[in-house]
Amino acid sequence: MTKRERDHVSGTETTGHEWDGLRELDTPLPRWWLHVFYATIAIAIVYWILMPAWPIGNGYTKGVLGWSDRANVARDLQALEAGRAAMFQRFATATAADIANDPALQEFARAAGESVFGDNCRTCHGAGGAGAPGYPVLADDVWIWGGSIADIEHTLRVGIRSDHPQARMSAMPAFGRDRLLTSQEIGDVTEFVISISSANARLNADANAASRGATVYAQQCALCHGGAGAGDRTLGAPSLRDDVWLYGASRDEIRRQVELGRGGVMPAWEQRFDAGTLRALAYYVHDLGGGEPDATPPQASPAEAAPVQQSALR
Amino acid sequence: MWSFHRWFERHSLILLIGILVVVSIGGLVQITPLFFIESTIERVEGVRPYTPLELAGRQIYIREGCYVCHSQMIRPLRDEVERYGHYSLAAESMYDHPFQWGSKRSGPDLARVGGRYSDEWHRAHLEDPRAVVPESVMPPYAFLARKPLDLAQMGEHLRVNRVLRVPYTDAQLVNAAADARAQAEPLGEDAYDFSKRYPTADIRDFDGDPRRVTEMDALIAYLQMLGTGVDFEAFQAEAPDNQR
Repeated sequence: MTKRERDHVSGTETTGHEWDGLRELDTPLPRWWLHVFYATIAIAIVYWILMPAWPIGNGYTKGVLGWSDRANVARDLQALEAGRAAMFQRFATATAADIANDPALQEFARAAGESVFGDNCRTCHGAGGAGAPGYPVLADDVWIWGGSIADIEHTLRVGIRSDHPQARMSAMPAFGRDRLLTSQEIGDVTEFVISISSANARLNADANAASRGATVYAQQCALCHGGAGAGDRTLGAPSLRDDVWLYGASRDEIRRQVELGRGGVMPAWEQRFDAGTLRALAYYVHDLGGGEPDATPPQASPAEAAPVQQSALR
Repeated sequence: MWSFHRWFERHSLILLIGILVVVSIGGLVQITPLFFIESTIERVEGVRPYTPLELAGRQIYIREGCYVCHSQMIRPLRDEVERYGHYSLAAESMYDHPFQWGSKRSGPDLARVGGRYSDEWHRAHLEDPRAVVPESVMPPYAFLARKPLDLAQMGEHLRVNRVLRVPYTDAQLVNAAADARAQAEPLGEDAYDFSKRYPTADIRDFDGDPRRVTEMDALIAYLQMLGTGVDFEAFQAEAPDNQR
């Protein structure tokens, strides 16, 4: 029954089976295919030797090369950090004057700041710090908490109304929602605020209402925003004299802010970035257009002196 | 040897059993050791089960197909770590049923989005993504803010997760609906009990609407805790034990 014989036409052996007179050719696999097949087996064995492969006992075969994704990424990041370290180290100790006198430092800060800003800040503050309703413009010279490099850096570190223990905190009362003022009083104080700001040229405050609103303002608002509406950066109270409005510049929007007392949250970034990155970012934001000179140059704290190594995987 | 072959070829049941044996050897060798080898089980401080509100947010995340465009796994590659933060650890998905690792990123990875933006930003962004990110292609989800969260099934969600080995206590199961509400009501009467049961969870009015608990509350609560569990100051990923 299993009589292997050679087929006359193709010259190939048959399998020896026969079904109702039909026989089957036993054509061998092409040589090249067989060689590739044996090569893959050989490669697999080489791979087992070189790379982590087999589970054994309480671990696994580590392979001759000792490949580890975690070790690799740590090394890649260290190489990256090492390349930047020199500049970031200089940044961590640089004063505003140092930066102002060093074009290389500035160029580095712009590049590093732009990259970090693009991934983390742009989402709210817009490309180039253009801002959005509720998210301050960073490219103008109006600052709520201060616009020097040191001020900006501090804001970056601790955030605003964030969960950082030293977060910059301010809370404007919701005079309307919480019924602290009547609708009439809110209307009056809105007119007064418009009257003392440069928005008056645009919105033309009602003089009678504004004079009634002056009393309300003196009682409720002056403590933080100042008697003349100049604001107070130590309290995070914005100036009311300019024509820049965080939540909208129309009469209705200004009134709405008196009613609701909204205040946004900015996360604290101290845990996410090392000191050098924070200062580079602060410089970048400072450089967007409205930076102010430093009152006191930022000092490097001991924690900032060796920031680069520990930040590798943050 | 070839006579064995004949035996297999001529009895389909024996052939079937033979196939099963051969295939299961492959599975057993590859899969079983992973459950027992110490080095594949990484113990990490700080990862906790989801609170009911976060779990509800997770259900909404899955229901709305967020995973179709957003991944939740930061690969151990230099550029990923540079952009998104520390690469994801397996332990960070240990209470995920199912996990949301994903492989497609029409939107950014969300594994560490928690705490990165304010609740208010998330609100504005979910209501109208292009209001805050002009080039975004994400669809708006404004309806979430109008839809009250269905609390009736909360306990069942937790129970199913407990079947899947998430260590919820009986008290957490019984109080699931109350806890979901409590997490979104900072001044509510259950806030204290909630913080006893979930000590590290944030209690906030996530959607800015103090009158009710909406699906927006749940989704933002979920997003704001993503990737925040592990303290990477304390966790030594580079330690020899953790190399893999």
